[in-house]
Amino acid sequence: MPETGDHGASIALESLTKRYPGSPQPAVDNVSMEIKAGEVVVFVGPSGCGKSTTLKMINRLIEPTGGRIRIGGEDVTDMDPVKLRRKIGYAIQSAGLFPHMTVAQNIGIVPKMIGWPKTRIRERTEELLDLVGLDPGEFHGRYPRQLSGGQQQRVGVARALAADPPVLLMDEPFGAVDPITRDHLQDELIRLQHELHKTIVFVTHDFDEAIKIGDRIAVLRERSHIAQFDTPEAILTNPADDFVSGFVGAGAALKRLNLTRVRDVEITDYPTVTVDDPLQQIFNLLRTSGSNEILLLDRRRRPYKWLRRGDLMRARGSLARAGTLVSDTVTRDATLRDALEAVLTDNAGRVAVTGRRGEYTGVVDMETLINSVHEMLEADRLDAMEHQHELESLRASQTHAEQEGAAGPAAVSGPGGQR
Amino acid sequence: MNFWEYLVNRHQQLLTDAYQHASAVFQCMVVATLLGVLIGVVSYRSEWAGNLATTTTATILTVPALALIGLLIPLVGLGVPPTVVALTLYGLLPVVRNAIVGLRGVDPTLVDAATGIGMSRPARLLRVELPLAWPPILTGIRVSTQMLMGIAAIAAYASGPGLGNVIFRGLASLGSANALNQVLAGTLGIIVLALLFDAAYVLIGRLTIPRGIRA
Repeated sequence: MPETGDHGASIALESLTKRYPGSPQPAVDNVSMEIKAGEVVVFVGPSGCGKSTTLKMINRLIEPTGGRIRIGGEDVTDMDPVKLRRKIGYAIQSAGLFPHMTVAQNIGIVPKMIGWPKTRIRERTEELLDLVGLDPGEFHGRYPRQLSGGQQQRVGVARALAADPPVLLMDEPFGAVDPITRDHLQDELIRLQHELHKTIVFVTHDFDEAIKIGDRIAVLRERSHIAQFDTPEAILTNPADDFVSGFVGAGAALKRLNLTRVRDVEITDYPTVTVDDPLQQIFNLLRTSGSNEILLLDRRRRPYKWLRRGDLMRARGSLARAGTLVSDTVTRDATLRDALEAVLTDNAGRVAVTGRRGEYTGVVDMETLINSVHEMLEADRLDAMEHQHELESLRASQTHAEQEGAAGPAAVSGPGGQR
Repeated sequence: MNFWEYLVNRHQQLLTDAYQHASAVFQCMVVATLLGVLIGVVSYRSEWAGNLATTTTATILTVPALALIGLLIPLVGLGVPPTVVALTLYGLLPVVRNAIVGLRGVDPTLVDAATGIGMSRPARLLRVELPLAWPPILTGIRVSTQMLMGIAAIAAYASGPGLGNVIFRGLASLGSANALNQVLAGTLGIIVLALLFDAAYVLIGRLTIPRGIRA
């Protein structure tokens, strides 16, 4: 049994077209796209734009009427579809688990079909359940109807990964779960991808989901025409046209906050004391430090209270009564949006940043946030301009080449073909 | 001779008839199930083929049993052959219809998922579609069997096997000493057999319907 290995395979779509008999317009019209190995590409677009059809042509659930598909450089357009699909993971909305099989049987079915020995299937099943965050002992014998929607979806992802395929296709996988669970599942998928480095093609109509998950996003309009295919940052800061900006929706700058983590911005250090420090030392620190506020930590160095000058006086020197309790903290992995939320709800405009076990690591305040957002947007704008420039010069040279009559087939799949 | 004495007296003969009755129904049911599911599998994907199969089997069912058996005699002769043919034909309808309904009722997203993860068409049919359609198919088989129990009695008209012989003998000699006993014994025997078969189906359902889809 050849191992497909951990890393993804590149996917190339070349002038992919799907025409249904009896309809004048093709459902998918001449789509060309290069997806790099190990990349997460999200197809996003209004319903009926053909994004799902395009996805299903990659594993030939829908046979293309024109164009070619290459996976890992190999032309799979005429390959036996059953063999092809066993090398491509497939996860769909509401999981599509087989209700008459247990969780373990659902996950193990693809390995079983390709003839893995029983012990290996069992090991793989346990491994995968563990990977998607379900306890193997508790879940492997359960039936799908005994699981919640989120758990079913996790099993669905595990099933898609069972034979360790280099490519994973996900068709609105989190479309049918509640928003909180969806958020969890998205986080899980991001974490999974950090470990696995598969090539993932993900279809959604939710632009926020696309921003969160995608390394690159393809915004599709009707007949699967690519309106823009770029990084989330570039799409947010420099939408190609009105269609894309309409789809991005209002508040692109706010959405940009979702793409940056607290660890990427400057975390300022704050004067801190612990509850075990003598009162005198706390007084001294309040007097000597420049700020008029210090952060009181508990015995495990977790943020406990904000202490202002005078708080202790008013509380007559009792730490138990002085200061305001820390209501909200963020981790270094939180998005800037979460941090901003916390800062805005805090009456003094700052939030404590904590480490893995909740211990204090620093503070982020309004000023830092505003500055970093400004810097970020500025950098994005510069990037986008540069990118635009590159594209234009590339297109110019291509047009030039075409006019010279020397344009080979390369011109078809160039970036110009994406518009 | 009262009914009880009659039973004790003739139990040998009655048991043989009952056994033959059950055996005929059982064997015809096996054939009808195999044929019915096969017809269902072949026709469920196409609108017209499915309808054709259902309508044809339904039409067969509307032919009176006595007439069908009578019509079969010139074709296949007397005795066992017309019985088997008639019972199998009558048994088809519920099985075919439930197989088609069951297979069509399988959630299309599951079929999509099965294909998408790389199942070939036969694998999909055997591992996903048929197991999921099995509960309605089993119901069809159960209904068929109940129906065949009664129809099998008429097979005696063509000198077929089974409890029908006892009933017909009784009916032919109405007014004689044992006529009523015979009719009663034959009818009750068929009822008891039907109940036993039904119990067996409940057991088969328990054993063959996967826990995940059991109601």
